Amino acid sequence: MIQLTDIQRDFQVGDQQVHALRDINLQVAAGEYISIMGPSGSGKSTLLNMIGLLDQPTAGHYQLDGQDVTTLSDEQQARTRREKIGFVFQFFHLVPRLTAAQNIALPLVLAGMSEKERNKKVTQALTQMGIADRAEHRPDQLSGGQRQRVAIARATVIGPAVLLADEPTGNLDSASGIEVVKILEQLNTNGLTLLVVTHDEALGKRARRRIHMKDGLIEHDTLQNHPSLANP
Amino acid sequence: MKTRDATRFAFDALRGYRTRTLLMLLAMSIGVASVLVLTSLGEAARRYVTGEFASLGTNLIIVLPGKSETTGGGSPNLLGGTTRDLTLNDALAVSRSSLINHMAPLIIGSAPVSVRNLQRDVMVVGTTSSLLDVRQWHLGKGQFLPETDIDRASFVTVLGSTLKQELFGAKNALGEWVRIGDRRFRVVGIMAAQGRSFDIDVENVAFVPVASAQMLFNTQSLFRILLDTRSRESIPRAIEHIRRTLRERHQGEEDVTIITQDAVLATFDKILRALTLTVAGIAAISLAVAGILIMNVMLVAVSQRTTEIGLLKALGAPRRQIIRLIMTEAALLSSMGAGLGLLVGQIGSNLIGYFYPALPLGAPWWAFVAAIGVALGTGLLFSLLPARRAAQLDPVQALARR
Ligand SMILES: Nc1ncnc2c1ncn2[C@@H]1O[C@H](COP(=O)(O)OP(=O)(O)O)[C@@H](O)[C@H]1O
Ligand SMILES: [Mg+2]
Repeated sequence: MIQLTDIQRDFQVGDQQVHALRDINLQVAAGEYISIMGPSGSGKSTLLNMIGLLDQPTAGHYQLDGQDVTTLSDEQQARTRREKIGFVFQFFHLVPRLTAAQNIALPLVLAGMSEKERNKKVTQALTQMGIADRAEHRPDQLSGGQRQRVAIARATVIGPAVLLADEPTGNLDSASGIEVVKILEQLNTNGLTLLVVTHDEALGKRARRRIHMKDGLIEHDTLQNHPSLANP
Repeated sequence: MKTRDATRFAFDALRGYRTRTLLMLLAMSIGVASVLVLTSLGEAARRYVTGEFASLGTNLIIVLPGKSETTGGGSPNLLGGTTRDLTLNDALAVSRSSLINHMAPLIIGSAPVSVRNLQRDVMVVGTTSSLLDVRQWHLGKGQFLPETDIDRASFVTVLGSTLKQELFGAKNALGEWVRIGDRRFRVVGIMAAQGRSFDIDVENVAFVPVASAQMLFNTQSLFRILLDTRSRESIPRAIEHIRRTLRERHQGEEDVTIITQDAVLATFDKILRALTLTVAGIAAISLAVAGILIMNVMLVAVSQRTTEIGLLKALGAPRRQIIRLIMTEAALLSSMGAGLGLLVGQIGSNLIGYFYPALPLGAPWWAFVAAIGVALGTGLLFSLLPARRAAQLDPVQALARR
């Protein structure tokens, strides 16, 4: 489903070239659960942004569902992002003036869906995340865990194929962190392809496939037949 | 994205930053209001002045001695000729045509007018009975000057209403004697209160027969000849006739200036309209300033909402849509500002109208169109740059910030 071939990403910082991604080759099948770990600055976020079409590779090819997406126009990339990819961020990035329900509806609004249809989907997503009673609350009236659940609902409400989460628990206490991870895993069980960047070893080990990055390269890519479920 | 949703999103954004929105609305509405108030003041001035000129009388032609430079031909003195005076005979010659309806010569001077020990220095106007017809003034009591031979001096006078009041008070003045200069005149009439007239203060003047004024001021030359025609259409032919007659009488020299009320009116109309446009232009600058303010504030809005814009991109908004959202915000702002400005401008005009009821206020239709057009135009134009900047934002960097 996702196929990265010889992907490089360089940044020009002053007169220095920073190689954030050196030579990435990666294949992801539909429905996989992958954790991406590695030291800070190793290129994890850059890789995730690349997969999410928020960033363009300096060299290499990226095929999504058999289509080369690096050559698409801005309009087409935006559409692909809207329809196939969901993002979850460490800092939630909810729009502060909008309610939980309005935040979740945002991708549907951008897609031009009618209000009636939107309301149905939003209510469904709120219920699924267990925050139906928080629909009319603004982000500042929600706990961290609740905020992240709103963000997950927003990322998945349109029904994407891939969910990309960059340190989704990085800003949460461990209890709500576990809850959020469980929600993500539940979505994965229902068929959503899940890529989670984390530097929490325990969380990383819950994934069947673990990718370790270092200096813009994939160091290990291990598949575990029996993912540890030490912390249920 | 549906237009309704885009509008609501922009509206929510505006509501989210209340102070900023209110300041922008203020700037916009002041701009629009000042365009409206200033143009309606300019228009009022124009209507007022042209109204005054219209009150001169219809189909009026004024002949004055001397060639005005603006009508061409250069100064007659440079060509070796001299400016001849206009005389009563000139006036009579000119009036002998079927084109001319009435003719009134004017001699104007200042003289003391006294009754017993009361004395006033006023304007004394020597003319004929036709003046009332030409100028469409009204007599209050008695008669106007008698219809006698134009060159016969008789010592009668008609007083303006204020002058009569000052000299006689509430007492009867008809038939009484007043001294004007060194001669005695019998009062035969009193003018009605006329309201203001732009050239002669009718309330404060003494009318005497033109031949008497010639004696009084010891002069043969006329200040002006006033004529009117039977119809508006015959004015050009009448002017031609006057010009020809006077040229013949002045040895082929064209040394008079002929003014029609129409021409004066048109000139003033033009000048005052230009004035209104100028004032409107100045006010429009304040609108442009409001536009620049909008640009500034939208730029700040974009940088304040960097994360939000990055998020919209991550959620699948293409550049075009981001531009549209920002422009919608600007359009909302400027149209609300324009609406508010219309209201404020109307209130302002009403206030001015309340304190200066004589002014015929009212902004012309083009001022409304221009004010709203410029408001929307500048709002949209100046939000183009911030919108494009927002669209160019790198979503990765926008979202990396906290
Ligand atoms: N916009 C950028 N400009 C310059 N350098 C960047 C930029 N984004 C990332 N980098 C660099 O690329 C490398 C990888 O960054 P990142 O993918 O954020 O690492 P990680 O998420 O693993 O901590 C780092 O050295 C970082 O400094
Ligand atoms: Mg990172």
